[in-house]
Amino acid sequence: MNNNAVLVVQNLTKQVVSPEGQLTLLHEINLEIGAGETVAIVGSSGAGKSTLLGLLAGLDTPSSGAVSLAGEQLFALDEDGRARLRATKVGFIFQAFQLLPNLTALENVMLPLELAGRGDAQHTAQQVLERVGLAARVQHYPKQLSGGEQQRVAIARAFATHPAVLFADEPTGNLDSKTGARIIDLLFQLNAEHGTTLVLVTHDAQLASRCQRTLELEEGRLRSSV
Amino acid sequence: MRLALRMLRRDWRSGELRVLLLALIVAVASVSSVNFFTSRIHLALSSQASDLLGGDLALLSSDPTSAERKAQATALGLQLAETLEFPTMVVAGDGSQLVALKAVGSNYPLRGQYRIATQLFAADREVAGGPESGTVWAAAQLLTALAIDVGDLISVGNAQFRVAALLVTEPDSSGGMMFSVAPRLLMSAADLPATGLIQPASRIRYSLLLAGAPKQIEALRGQWQDALLPGESLRDVRDSRPEVRTALERGESFLGLAALVSVLLAAAAVAMAARHFVSRHLDSCAVMRCLGAEQEFINRLYLQQMVLLGLIASGIGVALGYVAQWGLAALLGPLVGVALPPPTATPILYGLLTGLVTLLGFALPPILQLKNVSTLRVLRRDLGGVQGNTLLAYGVGGGAFLLLAIMQAQSLTLALAVVAGVAALLLVLTLLAWGVLRLLRLVRSKGGSAWRLGLVNLARRGNHTLIQMIGFSIGLMALLLLAVVRTDLLDAWQGRLPEDAPNRFLINIQSEQLPALQQFFATQGLATPALYPMVRARLTEINGQPVMVDEFEDQRAKQLLSREFNLSSALQMQSDNKIVAGHWWSVADVDKPALSLEEGIAKELGLKLGDTLTYSVAGQQFTAPISSLRSVEWDSFQPNFFVVTPPGLLTGYPVSYITAFYLPTAQHELLNQLVRQFPNITVIDVAAVLNQVRAIITRVTQAVEYVFIFTLFAGLVVMYAAIHATLDERIQEAAIMRTLGARRGQLLGAIIVEYVGLGLLSGLVAALSAGAVGMVVAQRFFDLGYVPGPTLWLAGMVVGAVGIGVAGTLGLRFVINQPPLQSLQGG
Repeated sequence: MNNNAVLVVQNLTKQVVSPEGQLTLLHEINLEIGAGETVAIVGSSGAGKSTLLGLLAGLDTPSSGAVSLAGEQLFALDEDGRARLRATKVGFIFQAFQLLPNLTALENVMLPLELAGRGDAQHTAQQVLERVGLAARVQHYPKQLSGGEQQRVAIARAFATHPAVLFADEPTGNLDSKTGARIIDLLFQLNAEHGTTLVLVTHDAQLASRCQRTLELEEGRLRSSV
Repeated sequence: MRLALRMLRRDWRSGELRVLLLALIVAVASVSSVNFFTSRIHLALSSQASDLLGGDLALLSSDPTSAERKAQATALGLQLAETLEFPTMVVAGDGSQLVALKAVGSNYPLRGQYRIATQLFAADREVAGGPESGTVWAAAQLLTALAIDVGDLISVGNAQFRVAALLVTEPDSSGGMMFSVAPRLLMSAADLPATGLIQPASRIRYSLLLAGAPKQIEALRGQWQDALLPGESLRDVRDSRPEVRTALERGESFLGLAALVSVLLAAAAVAMAARHFVSRHLDSCAVMRCLGAEQEFINRLYLQQMVLLGLIASGIGVALGYVAQWGLAALLGPLVGVALPPPTATPILYGLLTGLVTLLGFALPPILQLKNVSTLRVLRRDLGGVQGNTLLAYGVGGGAFLLLAIMQAQSLTLALAVVAGVAALLLVLTLLAWGVLRLLRLVRSKGGSAWRLGLVNLARRGNHTLIQMIGFSIGLMALLLLAVVRTDLLDAWQGRLPEDAPNRFLINIQSEQLPALQQFFATQGLATPALYPMVRARLTEINGQPVMVDEFEDQRAKQLLSREFNLSSALQMQSDNKIVAGHWWSVADVDKPALSLEEGIAKELGLKLGDTLTYSVAGQQFTAPISSLRSVEWDSFQPNFFVVTPPGLLTGYPVSYITAFYLPTAQHELLNQLVRQFPNITVIDVAAVLNQVRAIITRVTQAVEYVFIFTLFAGLVVMYAAIHATLDERIQEAAIMRTLGARRGQLLGAIIVEYVGLGLLSGLVAALSAGAVGMVVAQRFFDLGYVPGPTLWLAGMVVGAVGIGVAGTLGLRFVINQPPLQSLQGG
């Protein structure tokens, strides 16, 4: 085992019951991701990419197997324990941005800081938003922002707590290629600045190629590790 | 239409219509159960009031009722009973006494019962049939005056009868003989010929009493009303006693108010559910538009869908309402005390109409805006909803509610008052909520505590908080109106008849007896009651023109003019009277001619301030102008007079006095002494009338309480709808927050703080509004002074905070238990 590993996955299996019977989404996945590493998970639709990402972040529970994140056994913790871990160690970026519509850009970024009990939430959030180039947009609501701007708010929100691991699910999926490229640049810049471990799921071969390592999923099995 | 049906099925399967349907079903079920039940209670109440008449309708006549009239009534399937009344002397031993004899047919009474006792002042019981042939029942005053008791013999005309019972009350004891001077003697009509008392010139009052279905009674009344012979008059329960009429009308107002609140709640629930429906259908609408659906097609589709939904929901609602009212009647019927007649069919129509009007009025305007959805939404979901024409939506909703309110209250004024109240409520609410939200916005978040998060959430949610607050406030206001305001109003109303309201009237008191009578009261340790002078007079001229009874169209006016009035005089006005026009006389004017008329009689006789009236008293005449009009609380059981003069005006005319006092049950023996000492004074027992009126009030109270259960249920649905309306958003938000690391305790705490805060604010606003509505309703419709007390504020805030706090937390608790990924993928 790599002593430097931030994420260790052992025999991770996820099964669900569907109308056609039991369905295995993930089949005995084993992998390790080191600190500061950038990893892309690729594969066709339905290969289990998002399911794997959800399990790595402790957003869902597996049928069997274990995930260790920053030294903590995720599934030995209860739901609140995992939440507490996420509040301090994990950041998230979604394809559909997932900003809270009733909060301004600033308030959205403040939210994870508030949840972690940080007293300087507003100040920190302001700084991060400036960093992603949205200083002039802090009081805007998500619906007043373009898709690219919304994703930049989401990136600011993800980095605001200085997470150890950042998970990104198709971060450019809802954006045109030009905006997408800018978002990717920003993501990798911030990643380098913060020394964050980045795990992203994507269809985009170009985006995958910018990562140090690519994991390919096929029908719930890890096919290759490049 | 087929597509609409298919879509309805799909929407149903996917659960999207459930809240809308539930709100509508509960609305219609509650409204129709209220209406079904109200219709039955209403029928039962009017038949209870018929007890005071002995039937549903009475034809009074100075001649025997013609066979033709009886045949007409029989042909309509009505029940008939006859009575004859006239004054005569009876003899027992050495004594003789004038009595008001009443001979009753074997069918009498058609409504109500007698109360009789086996001896003087013994406990009484109810019996349905009258005295047997050869026996009579006598009033207590008669037995006392003749110094006889039950079982003794009494001579009436040429025949002798055994007194079989003491007559305590008659079914129609309040029917007009109450103020007759002579005590009652009751006998069977079959015994009348043997007495030989009926002679061609005898002054006899014949009554034909009728009972049956309201429709037939109405038909006969209409038929006879226009063809009354001289000396004939018609009476029904509504003109038999003013206090009974007032009690009934107030009861109906209360029931109408309760039902109206159900309608209001229903509308609020539907409006909220519709808003939810629209937000859930934005996507499918955008897709349909993309696939080439024209706006008109989408409109038609949703219109059809809504009408279908409305019919289905209303049908289910009416059926449920019918079942609910039967269950309720079975459960609570015994408490009401009388057998409830079956409900009428009208509530079915009302129910269907209510469902459709509510749905179309409150759901359609926002739903029809769906056609305006941007097709771009298929590409960008966040493109937002549709900009509805808010004014139009409110206008249509307000109009629909007014229509429903009029339908339900059957009174434009009551409906308008409630609608105005609602409009004022919405205005107050919006301003208040807006202000509170501005204040909350000042609370900047500095930590991650649940407290801050909850409050900040409340402030940040802006419009959503406002809409939820409106929903909660309407629901809470309805609950407060019915729980607190209703109780307060009923208490105030029942307070009109305090426990020590007068239960005995003494009449025919002579001037020279006044000191002795006052002494009598003092000796017995009772406060001397107020004594009112009374002069019998006949109205002969109005503004110098002789009164022609036949020129008056109004039946009651004719009746009033054809007999003698009791005039009274007073220096000070009675405390339960109120001047509505003109002025009460000053001390300096006690000898000047002036008249103060009760406003009701002035209206019936077409009299106004300044008109002069000429009265004939014992062969002399006097003329005086009307100087003031008064309102009188007829249900206060204090002696009251249609016409009052200054003291100087009646000097010199034959006068007797009347008084009313409360006699505790334990002191009944005192009456014997009183009658022995003052044989000419007639004691009238109004306790029976009083009890009957009280029984009606109690019954109305119970009916309102039953109705309240449904309204309460409707209120809960509104709250459920308000919570459910933001459920999707909440699930999504909670999932994001969980992803960002929020613990369950934090989320739960935030939800609790948010909903308790929301409940507190909504409760305050609701209490303010309920108090205002209560004040208006009390003053305008029940003629009561009402000031909302601290209980109302406290109840509002506590019920709001606890109720909405618990409901919100329970309603959203699964949101925090769901794995976040599931919610995110679902969204």
